Amino acid sequence: MTTDHRPLSPHLQIYRPQITSVLSILHRITGVFLSLGAVLLVYWLVAAANGPPAFDAAQALIGSWLGRLFLLGWSFALFYHLCNGIRHLCWDAGLGFELKTTYLSGWTVVAVSAALTVAAWIAGYTVMWTGS
Amino acid sequence: MTGSAEHGAASTKGGQAHWWAQRITAVALVPLSLWFVAAIIGHVGADHGAVTTWLASPAVAILMVLTLVATFYHAMLGLEVVIDDYVHGPGPRRAALVCVRFACVLLGAAGVFAVLSIAVSA
Repeated sequence: MTTDHRPLSPHLQIYRPQITSVLSILHRITGVFLSLGAVLLVYWLVAAANGPPAFDAAQALIGSWLGRLFLLGWSFALFYHLCNGIRHLCWDAGLGFELKTTYLSGWTVVAVSAALTVAAWIAGYTVMWTGS
Repeated sequence: MTGSAEHGAASTKGGQAHWWAQRITAVALVPLSLWFVAAIIGHVGADHGAVTTWLASPAVAILMVLTLVATFYHAMLGLEVVIDDYVHGPGPRRAALVCVRFACVLLGAAGVFAVLSIAVSA
């Protein structure tokens, strides 16, 4: 490599994890994971366009325990990326840069995304069991 | 190194447009993803007929197409930044960027076409 002597970010494996750095890398990880979920959405839509047999196969795959596990992770990733994305947009607007505020908004994002995930799954199972 | 064409986001040229597009799609995705999650929850366990009838209504078809376009555009921009940061060397980086862009456009087009074909055939 000829690109030596360039400034480096703090190395993730030796830098002590903090709520700010952990949430920052989690934003990226959830973003990449959500892209995979978007592939599943396209598969589901294409299956629906193809007719009942293809759609039932897609529903069976998504409804399997592995599919549900993926959806659980995907739903948390979506809520986390959404909430933390709003936090990022606030920073872009110049809001919430104080260290105390950054910590508070970070923990709020974690709590709200966890609560939304639980609420979404309760709502989903309610719809499934009541069949409406 | 002056040639930064292999950079998706980090290059000075186009970096500002990339930054803005990432934010604009993010803002659009706030209401769209909330609508999407609520709508999908409302159709848990629904059969093919119910799902296609729902997707075929104009408002739903339009919102779903917008969600797909905003999602894959936002995903492409985000993945470009990730590639810029972690894939080293101009060759592998350019290859990864081309793959991500092709995949996002292809998947977005497939999703939009599926929604439109359901809307037209219903």
